Amino acid sequence: MILEFFEIFFTAGFWAATIRIACPLIFATLGEVICERSGVLNLGIEGIMSLGAMVGWMSVYLGADLYSGILIAALTGALFGLLHAIFTVYLGASQHVTGIGITMFASSVGFFSFKLILPSSTTPPKIIPFEKLEIPFLSEIPFLGEALFQHTPFTYLAFFSVIIIFWLLNSTPFGLSIKMAGENPMALEAQGIDVLLVRTVSVILGSSLMAIGGAYLTMSAFDAFYFGMINGRGWIAIALVIFAAWKPERALLGALLFAGLDAYQVRAQQLAGAFIPYQFFLMLPFFLSIVAMIIASKRTRYPKALLIPFRRGERH
Amino acid sequence: MNPLLKVQSISKSFGDLAANSEISFEVNKGEVLAILGENGAGKTTLMNILFGHYMPDNGQIYFKNNPIKFGNTRHTISLGVGMVHQHFTLADNLSVLENIIIGQKSLFSFSLSKKTALDKLNSLIEKFSLPIDPDAMVSDLSVSQKQRLEILKTLYKDCELLILDEPTAALTPQETEGLFKTIKNMVNQGLSVILISHKLNEVLSVSDRIIVLRNGKKVGEKKTANADYKSIASMIVGKEISYPKKIKSKPNREVLRLEMVSYKSDHDLDVKINNLNLKLYGGEIIGIAGVAGNGQQSLAKLLTGHLKPTEGKIFINQNEVIDSSPKNFMNQKVAYIPEDRNKDGLVGDMSIWENIIMTETDSIKIFNQLGFINSKNSHDQALSICKTNDVRLQKIDQPARLLSGGNVQKLLIGKWLYRKPQIIIACQPTRGLDEGAIAAVHRMILDARKDGNGVIIIGEDLDELLSLSDKICVMYNGHLSKPLDTLKTDKLTIGMLMSGKGF
Amino acid sequence: MINFRLEERENKSLRRQIISPFLAVFVALIISSLFILLAGVSPIDSFKELFIGSFGSRNAIAETLSRATPMILTGLAASIAFKARFWNIGAEGQLYAGALAVTFFGTGLVELPSFIMIPFLFLVGALAGGLLLLPLVLLKNYYKVDEVVTTLLTNFIVVLLVSYLLEGPWKDPMSLGWPQGASVIDQGVLPQILSRTRLHLGFIFSIFFAILIWIIISKHLIGYQIKAVGFNPSAANHSGVPVLKTIFIVALLSGGMAGMAGVTETAGLKGYLTLDLSPGFGYAGIAVAMLAALHPLGVIASGIFLASIYVGADAMSRSMNVPTYLADVIVAITVLCVLVSLIINQYKFRFLEQNK
Repeated sequence: MILEFFEIFFTAGFWAATIRIACPLIFATLGEVICERSGVLNLGIEGIMSLGAMVGWMSVYLGADLYSGILIAALTGALFGLLHAIFTVYLGASQHVTGIGITMFASSVGFFSFKLILPSSTTPPKIIPFEKLEIPFLSEIPFLGEALFQHTPFTYLAFFSVIIIFWLLNSTPFGLSIKMAGENPMALEAQGIDVLLVRTVSVILGSSLMAIGGAYLTMSAFDAFYFGMINGRGWIAIALVIFAAWKPERALLGALLFAGLDAYQVRAQQLAGAFIPYQFFLMLPFFLSIVAMIIASKRTRYPKALLIPFRRGERH
Repeated sequence: MNPLLKVQSISKSFGDLAANSEISFEVNKGEVLAILGENGAGKTTLMNILFGHYMPDNGQIYFKNNPIKFGNTRHTISLGVGMVHQHFTLADNLSVLENIIIGQKSLFSFSLSKKTALDKLNSLIEKFSLPIDPDAMVSDLSVSQKQRLEILKTLYKDCELLILDEPTAALTPQETEGLFKTIKNMVNQGLSVILISHKLNEVLSVSDRIIVLRNGKKVGEKKTANADYKSIASMIVGKEISYPKKIKSKPNREVLRLEMVSYKSDHDLDVKINNLNLKLYGGEIIGIAGVAGNGQQSLAKLLTGHLKPTEGKIFINQNEVIDSSPKNFMNQKVAYIPEDRNKDGLVGDMSIWENIIMTETDSIKIFNQLGFINSKNSHDQALSICKTNDVRLQKIDQPARLLSGGNVQKLLIGKWLYRKPQIIIACQPTRGLDEGAIAAVHRMILDARKDGNGVIIIGEDLDELLSLSDKICVMYNGHLSKPLDTLKTDKLTIGMLMSGKGF
Repeated sequence: MINFRLEERENKSLRRQIISPFLAVFVALIISSLFILLAGVSPIDSFKELFIGSFGSRNAIAETLSRATPMILTGLAASIAFKARFWNIGAEGQLYAGALAVTFFGTGLVELPSFIMIPFLFLVGALAGGLLLLPLVLLKNYYKVDEVVTTLLTNFIVVLLVSYLLEGPWKDPMSLGWPQGASVIDQGVLPQILSRTRLHLGFIFSIFFAILIWIIISKHLIGYQIKAVGFNPSAANHSGVPVLKTIFIVALLSGGMAGMAGVTETAGLKGYLTLDLSPGFGYAGIAVAMLAALHPLGVIASGIFLASIYVGADAMSRSMNVPTYLADVIVAITVLCVLVSLIINQYKFRFLEQNK
C-alpha cells in the first residue's frame, strides 16, 4: 500500500499532469515577476486571471478561433493592466488597495458579462478546447513522450514564454530599464528615460500574461468556465514570485514544483481518500505557499523600489 | 571667446519659496567653476534645472550656443552635459557595466551590445585612470568606488561639462585628494567642471573661479586666485551669525560605559561591531567620526536600546543594563536624535503637538490614568517646547511635515531635552541645515554639556566634530579607535584612521 | 506626451474630505450605468428598483440593515488594520473562524442565561478571529512575509476547514443530509428586534462596536499609537512607542471585529453555520472601510449604503434581467473611485508645458 504512494512518480501521467497544472501558474508568475521587477505590486492578478478565463472562453464560444481567443484574453488583461498602472504609476495610489480593487472589478465584470450572455445555465456550456499536438518522433519516446511531448500548443506556449521573458529581462535595453525602475528609478530618470512609461508598459505586459494564464484553464486544461475556478491561483502566484526571487527561470521551477505537489496530491487522494478527507489535500497548496514565502523571506532581496510610487520632479 | 555654458536670469519658486532668483553666470572651456552656498541657498535647484529635472519659471541656458530644452534630461545629456548627483543614481542589484550602459540604446532595440560597451569602458578607464571592475555588483562597491562609477557614466556619454554635486560629503580626506586629482586630470583632457559645495576650504584648493549663492541669488563672483577665505565666507553667510563659544569642560561622573560590546546581526547587511569600549562622562562631548557604513548606525542603536549586544555589557550610571529596549533606555534618561529626521524622527502626517507627546506616553498629565489623551495639556506642553526652542510654525495643529528642516531638528532636540536627559546620542545633527539653524543646534548641544550631561555626536562633518567635541574617536569596520583629545589632534590623523590605518 | 506632476496640497480642506466619498459614489454609479445599459435596461429604472428594493418598504429596510450588520463589522476590521498600514485581507476567513467558535461553544457545549451567553459568544468569536490573524502578524513582523498574501491564502484554508467540518464531524444530524452545523441554542440566539423581519440584535452590537472603536482610535492612547505606527513605524519606534505590542492589539481588534461578523451571521441571521454563510462579506468590508475613509463612524453609513446596493441588486435582478453581479461591479468601481478621490484630496495636478 505504501509502495503505491511512491509508484505515482513512475507514471507518465503524473508528469504530464504536472506540466498541465503548472501552465496557468507559469503565465501568472511570469506576469507578476515583470510587474514587481519594475517596482509595482499587482494584486489584480486573481481578478485578471478570472476575467481572462472568461473572455478567452467566451470569444471561442461566440465564434472566434482558439488563437484569437488567446489574443483577446491578452488584450483584456492589457486593458486592466493599463487601468492598474494609471492608478498606481501615474497617480501614485496605494498599490495594495488598487490591486484589490482591480481584482474585484475584473472578476465582477467577468461574472456579470458571463451571466448576461448566458443567463440560464445550470450546467456550464462547453467549447472545443485546444487539442493535443503531438510532436513527431519525440512524442513516441516511451514514458517521456507521453510526459512531455503530447501537450496542447497552449502548453508549449507557456514554456516558450519563459524563454522570451528571460531574454527580455536579461538581454534587452528595455529589460535593463525594467530592472532599474524597480531598484532605483532615480537612476533611470537621470539618464532621461521615462520611469512611469517603463513601469506602465511592464504592468500592461504582465497583466496580459496573467489573463493568458486564466484563459489556459478554460481553453486548454478544461473546456468550460466556472465561477471561482481560479480558486486562489493568483495569490499562489504572488507567493511563487517571492520564491522565484523575481527570476523567470526560477518562476518556471517554482511553478513546476508546486504543480508536481498538486498533481501528486490528486493521485494520493485517490489512494488515501478513505482515511484523509479531501479538503486537507486541497488545503495543501495554500499551506505550502505560505511556507514557501517564509523560507524565501530569509534570503531574498526585494526590488528596492517595490511599492514606492515614483513622482517626477520631487525634491530629494 | 564664446563661453561653453551661459546661464541667463534663471528663476524658480516652489510655492512661496524663491529657490533661484535671476541667476546668471558663464563657464568657459577647461575651467573648474565652483558654486558655493550653504544648504538651502539654491545650488542643487539650479543644477537640477540645468540637467532637466526641474522646469524654471524664467530664464535661458545655452550650451555651446545651443539653447537647453528644459525638462528634457535626454537632450541635455546628448548635448554633452553630465551630472554626478549627491545621492548616487545606481542600481545596487546590477553590475558596473549594466549601470553604465543604461539609457545608451533605444528601448526598442533588441540587444544590449555588451561587448562594444565593455571595450569603450576599458578605454575610458585607461584614459582617465579610474580603475574599476566592470562585472562587480554595485552593492559590493565602496562609496568612493561608486563615485568613480558615476563619473565614468558621464564620461561614457561623452560629456564635456561635468557637474559634481557635493562630491566630498561622504569621502575621507585622502579620498577627497584622489577626487581632486581626477578633476585636474579631466580638465587636462579637455573637460570643464562645475563643482557644487558648501566646503570653502576644498573649493579654494581645486577651482579656478568661484560663484556664491545666498537665498537663491548670486551674491558674488571671484577668481580663486584673488579670493581669500574670509571674504568668501562672509558672502556665503551674509549676516553675522553668533556661534556659541565652547567653555572648558569639567567632566564629572561616568554616565555611560560600553565594555567589549559586540554585535552581529542575522542580516549580512549590517556591519559587525567588534569589542567596542567606550566611556562617556557627564559634561563632555565625544565625537565619533567615520565614513558612513562602518557600523555607526548599529552603534547608535546599541547606545539607545534599539539593538541588543550579542556580547559585552552596557552600563548606565555604573548600573548594568539588562533590558535592551528603547523604552528602558528612555526611562534611564537617554535621548536619541536620529540621523534621518524625516524617516525616524517625526511622523510627518501627524500634527506637531501629536509628535511632541509621542515620547510622553507614561506621563499622566498627557495621557490620564485610563489612557485618554488630555488635549489641553498636550497643546500647552507643545507650545511651550516650541517657544523655548524657537521653532517657527503657523499652528500647533499643522502636520509636522510642513516644518522646514531646521525647525524639525530644533523641535526634535527640544522635545528630547524637555525630558532632561543625561545622555544624548545625536547622529548628524546638522545635516542639511542652514547656518542659522546649525548655530542654534550647536548652542543646544553645548548647553546640554554645560548642564553636566554627556553627549555623543556621530557624524561625518570633521570640522563640526572637531569644534564641538572634547574627545574624538573614529569608527572603521565596526571597530572604535581610542579617543583622542580634540585640542591635540588634526584632520590628517583622523583621516588616516577613517581609512583604517592605525587600528 | 502628457507631462504632469503631482504636488502635495498644503492644506487639506475639511469640506473636500467630507464631500469626496459622496462624489466618489456618484461617479461610481454613473460608470455603473454603462454596465446596466449593456444589459439593455434603463439605468434610471434600475436605480429606482434598487432603491425600492433596499429602502422602499419596512421589510426592505430591515433586510438592508441586517445585511449591513456583518459589513459594518468587517468594515471596522479593515479600518483598524488599514489605519496601521496592515493589509488584512483575511476578514473572510476570520469571519468563518468566529462562526466556528459559535458552533463549537454555542450549540450545546456551554449553557448560560442569554444576557451572559450572547456576550460570551461575541467574545469567543472575536478571540477566534483575532487568534487566526495573530500568527500572520508575527510572520510579517519577524520574517517580513507580506500579509496580503498570507491573509488571503488563509481565507481559502479556513473555508476548506469549514467544509470538512460541516460534511464530517460537525454535521447536524437533524439537517437531512445537508451540510450545515448544529443550531445555536436558544440562549445564544440573537433576538429579532423588528417583528416579521430578519433584523436582529447583532445590528445594535455592530453600531455599539463602531462607536467604541471610534472612541479608542480618536481619544485613547491605543488609537494614538495605532495611528503613529501606521503612519511611520520607524519614527514611532524611535520615540518609544511599543510597536510590536501595538501591532498585536491591531491584530486582535481587527481579527476580532471580523470574527464577530461571523457571530452575527451564525447566531443572529441564520441560527446555524453553513458553507455559504458569507457571500464575500470579508472582501466587501474593504470597500466599506475605503468609502468611510477609515473612519469608524463613517463605517456605519458606508456599511448601510453598500449593503443597500447588494439588497437592492437582488431585488432588481428579480424584476429586471440584470445579473446580481451588478452589485459587485458597483462596489468595485466605488473602491476605485474612492482611490481617485483620495489622490485628488492629497495632491494638486500641475501640467507642464514642453519647451520645444
